[in-house]
Amino acid sequence: MSTDPSVTPAALSGEVHLPEKLADVEPVRSVRTPIRLEYDFIPGAASSGYLNAFADRKILGQRSPVDGAVFVPPRGVDPRHGAATPDYVELPDTGHVGGFCVTRLPIPGRDDLEIPYVSAWIHLDGADIGFLGLVAGIDTSEVRMGMRVRAVWKPDDQLGRTAENILYWEPSGGPDIPVTAAGTNAWHAKQITESEEQAAGEGR
Amino acid sequence: MRDIAVVSVAQQQQKALTHTTEVELMVPIINEARGAVGLTQDDIGFTCSGSSDFLAGQAFSFVHTLDAVGAVPPISESHVEMDGAWALYESWVKLQIGGIDTALVYSYGKSSPGSLRDVLCTQLDPYYLGPLWPDAFAMAALQARIMLESGAVSDQRLAEIAVRSLNGAADNPLAVRSSADAAVDSVLAEEPIADPLRPSDCAASADGGVAVVLAAGDRARELCERPAWIRGIDHRIDPHQPGVRDLTRAPSAHKAAVEAGAGNDRLDAAELAAPFTTQEHILEAELGLGSDTAVNASGGALAGHTMMAAGLMRIADAARQIHEGQADRVLGHAASGLFLQQNLVCVMEGE
Repeated sequence: MSTDPSVTPAALSGEVHLPEKLADVEPVRSVRTPIRLEYDFIPGAASSGYLNAFADRKILGQRSPVDGAVFVPPRGVDPRHGAATPDYVELPDTGHVGGFCVTRLPIPGRDDLEIPYVSAWIHLDGADIGFLGLVAGIDTSEVRMGMRVRAVWKPDDQLGRTAENILYWEPSGGPDIPVTAAGTNAWHAKQITESEEQAAGEGR
Repeated sequence: MRDIAVVSVAQQQQKALTHTTEVELMVPIINEARGAVGLTQDDIGFTCSGSSDFLAGQAFSFVHTLDAVGAVPPISESHVEMDGAWALYESWVKLQIGGIDTALVYSYGKSSPGSLRDVLCTQLDPYYLGPLWPDAFAMAALQARIMLESGAVSDQRLAEIAVRSLNGAADNPLAVRSSADAAVDSVLAEEPIADPLRPSDCAASADGGVAVVLAAGDRARELCERPAWIRGIDHRIDPHQPGVRDLTRAPSAHKAAVEAGAGNDRLDAAELAAPFTTQEHILEAELGLGSDTAVNASGGALAGHTMMAAGLMRIADAARQIHEGQADRVLGHAASGLFLQQNLVCVMEGE
């Protein structure tokens, strides 16, 4: 099947047979019915707190009331339990790469983005899930899971209430996080450590 | 057939939920409905929701809202792009099949970010009506004109329905439009907004959400002092193309009411999800409601119309009257589509 819009679909390429009384009427071979709907999005309570804090170079997460897991960006809920998360946690702008992808195709409308670029799940220190960011300041071939990074912020006079304040994440040096404890493994590694500590405590 | 009942309901509704996401809206509502009968998500056998991506302006928006449920470890779950009343129907079928004793049903609508009168055009056929982008109020006004000029209804009667809603809503904290002292004269004095429809003929648009817990048999009796037993539930649909329909009627509503057994006994109360007074008038006739039935004591959908939730809210309002002992036999109604194209009737009784 062709996806070229200039090629007439097979269903419309044959003769159109009209009833006699419509003989002089121009046949309708296709109709265009464009749809456009406009929406005014306003971030909810949790996202508003998150975005407003960005203007002060702060990254806010929220803590689960069930088990203390920290989510960033905050959504007002611990999605595993459907529990509201009213408490904010201020997080540092340092963390590690939990997973990444090297992209070699340009994004339409993002001429400022040089290819290849690296998009990554950034796991902030103190957070239990990752969020998306660009990694730069390093050759793409050297980016790796567990690599420690820190935020590169826009100059203070350009800060807005937006996550775009962070231009990208750059390597911050220091030893990598082991892959078994990096990214989405971090939470499970922490659970195992905690249960081992608990078992050791009960053994005493 | 298994005996299945509505055992818990919770809802919220406001004119516009400006600084609240759908997830933030639903977390307390779902927790209230489950919590009122001492259940957590682990106790729920099946979860089903109703909402529309066209309101959110975002594909798969309902997946976001699952965050409010707590879906870890994975749950048995489904979604309908329809009013939550149809999610309740799906859950009722699931309970009838067996293997589970409880279900959580919820739905929500936040139409304030967009223009509902335009968004509703997307429910029209894409070839003949859709491309004209007819305003939803204008379409309802076409129906109203046919009804008035054919003698199917009078201005006076429409105003009486509007007043019933305005007065009834005065005691309903969830209503977004109410007036204890509204009268037929004051409604008739309103300037039409889509001639011949006056503002009070058109439902007050609202944002909100509703959650309902269903339970079967003895489980329902354990959870609720007076369960609202679903004695009949049915939904039917009329043709999509309005040109082939008699717009003064809603045969699908009549059929659904008959199949649900609405007329088998006296109905104490009926809650109707009609977004226009004209359609509430049609429904009263099609459902066979007599003068001994209290219609829309809450103000109904006219007093606050949360798209995608208005029907489940009506069922919840009707069920609550059983729970609280105010009524013994009630009817909840939901509608979908243009000119009451699709209708669902749920008849509930107390023991």
